[in-house]
Amino acid sequence: MNNNHRARSESGETGGRAGVDVLLVGQPNVGKSVLFSRLTGVRTIASNYPGTTVGYTAGRMRYGDENYDVVDAPGTYSLEPLDDAARVTLDLLDGAKRIINVVDATHLERHLTLTLELIAQGKPMVVALNMSDEARHLGIEIDAGRLAERLGVPVIPTVARTGAGVRRLILAALSLDIRDGGVKGDGGHPGHHPHMSHHPAGEGERSHEHIPEVKVWSRVGEIVDEVQVLHHHHHTFGQWLEDLSVHPELGGIFALFVLAASFSLIRLIGEFLIAGGVGIAGAPWFQVPFGMEPLFNAAWKPLMYRLSAGLGGHGFLHHVLIGTLVNGQIDFKQSFGLLTTGLFVPLGMVLPYVFSFYLVLSLLEDTGYLPRLAVFLDNGMHHIGLHGYAIIPTLLGLGCNVPGILATRILETKRQRFITATLISIAVPCAALQAMIIGLVGARGLWAVALVYGILFLVWLVIGVVLRFTTKGFQPELLIEIPPYRLPSPRALVSKMWMRIAGFVAEALPLVLGAILVVNVLYQLNVFHYVADASAGVVNYLWGLPKEAIVPLLLGIARKEMGAGMFASLALTTKQLVSGCVILSMFFPCIATIVVLFRELGWRDALKSSGLMLAAVIVTGTVINVVWPS
Amino acid sequence: MIEKPLADMAPGEEGEIIALEGGEKLKSRLRALGLAKGQRIRNMSRIGWGGPLVVLVNRAQIAIGRGTARKILVRVEGDE
Repeated sequence: MNNNHRARSESGETGGRAGVDVLLVGQPNVGKSVLFSRLTGVRTIASNYPGTTVGYTAGRMRYGDENYDVVDAPGTYSLEPLDDAARVTLDLLDGAKRIINVVDATHLERHLTLTLELIAQGKPMVVALNMSDEARHLGIEIDAGRLAERLGVPVIPTVARTGAGVRRLILAALSLDIRDGGVKGDGGHPGHHPHMSHHPAGEGERSHEHIPEVKVWSRVGEIVDEVQVLHHHHHTFGQWLEDLSVHPELGGIFALFVLAASFSLIRLIGEFLIAGGVGIAGAPWFQVPFGMEPLFNAAWKPLMYRLSAGLGGHGFLHHVLIGTLVNGQIDFKQSFGLLTTGLFVPLGMVLPYVFSFYLVLSLLEDTGYLPRLAVFLDNGMHHIGLHGYAIIPTLLGLGCNVPGILATRILETKRQRFITATLISIAVPCAALQAMIIGLVGARGLWAVALVYGILFLVWLVIGVVLRFTTKGFQPELLIEIPPYRLPSPRALVSKMWMRIAGFVAEALPLVLGAILVVNVLYQLNVFHYVADASAGVVNYLWGLPKEAIVPLLLGIARKEMGAGMFASLALTTKQLVSGCVILSMFFPCIATIVVLFRELGWRDALKSSGLMLAAVIVTGTVINVVWPS
Repeated sequence: MIEKPLADMAPGEEGEIIALEGGEKLKSRLRALGLAKGQRIRNMSRIGWGGPLVVLVNRAQIAIGRGTARKILVRVEGDE
């Protein structure tokens, strides 16, 4: 494909990203991210709810011998600069050479309003009529040729999920004439445009930049009436399920069922990956020689014993690499060496749960259930100053606080983002920490695990109510589109799982190993005595923990699972273990979360949030200690 | 023909949007979601205790808070 690259913009690139060859623009949840990954091969996180892409993603598409810069703009309903997504998109439009406007074929009338706004911008443009398979399935027939005539731009039916039509779309986009339509600089007065002038009808659509909204809707109505035929079709199972999921009473029961099933499934898969069948409620009837724990014991332990013997069983290096022997044995959970506990905790105990958590979460995301859950939690969330949609960042926070806090951008106001992010950082334990809580506290009884979760939930609730009344700002109401149920695309699911799990291993492993190294060296230098003595007033007197517990609590700031891992070697009572885990969850988020919290909230709000955290953890730890008779 | 706020529509009831109230910003967000004057609308569900509504506009489901639903005026055919 011969393409003209000299159409660089000389003016009008005030805030825009220069040199974007192809800009994907569309309303939320039309599959832009999936299409973007089809074009560029860049893996993206795509889910079935509006607002998955906050900010924009850039990538490179190779076609023929040329490279093209492709940018995926955040989903926006209109170009009126009312929110961040629209402002970012307007900025990007400034520097873009051509636009692919992604529209949802199943809801053409809603998406054409943005299309008309984009056409008025006067950039070379192609419309991708996405989800055309779903439209056909729903009995919606769209005459793409007729639509192209009416709009004056090429219209290509696509199915981003499967890749159908994508090649034609690329061809159409690259054959657009960008010689002088590329950048006009004056923000949307199209001027003369050779490509468009072939289509008188298209010319007709180009002057609607400032006409009233009602006119736009009637114009859209006319076009849709002309190009779209609706056939009667039977109520599908999916639609039946959609009706059930928002039913005032049955929907609530369905939500409880989905949540209970999700948690059970996470635990079932997690335990299976750790210990094979034995892990599942200790069931000897389901013994499968499979799992990370048997693997570590059979393959890794003998090597470690040999290394231990080689090092003479003690000494500085032995302490750092193997750790301490428990009754002369290597104990992966307690020895605390770099190569023993340092590998076993992140890979043997945490990774299985990270995998199972993200598998279940991804299924919930991709089917489109989460916005429906938001509808049922809306009432409750209003009591903590939020609305139902805040459940999505919160659930993401249960995997890892970092993406959870980033996802607060889907909320409309600063106030909501502050409350949600603060609650996540204080009272929402990440999957890594939860895996350890289930592993360690679970050994004392499931009731103890339930107690840890119950206390954290109570803390979340109380701080939420406090923040509702103390945080200034406007409390908006729920206003979201609920996407139809979709079967998760295996390709998108695998891509998302891969990104999340590879992200966990790449981030957690170096931090875990680094932290253990530092701790082991500091131990040998006896530094912790001073720290433990200095903090004994709070840790021992108020919280009732042994004063040495300050070390795991501090270590938790590097990686939470390591903090919990160190509790194993402290010989704690059940009470101490429960309150220790609660305190560990609350007492400063991990360093990665702290960084994101400051970046997203700004230092002033982040400091406020940290102050609240310190007060909350001191009070909570003390209350548990006082209320619970030892 | 009865005119009333969307919030008072019973589940299953259908009508046509005849007016939007409230600030420009809210109205613009509503219109972007298809909640515009002249559009057909159907109430699918109304969650109890002042909870949100789920409505069907242009075959798309929209969840909308009760207070916001009071700002949308609809005309419902037939008798109450």
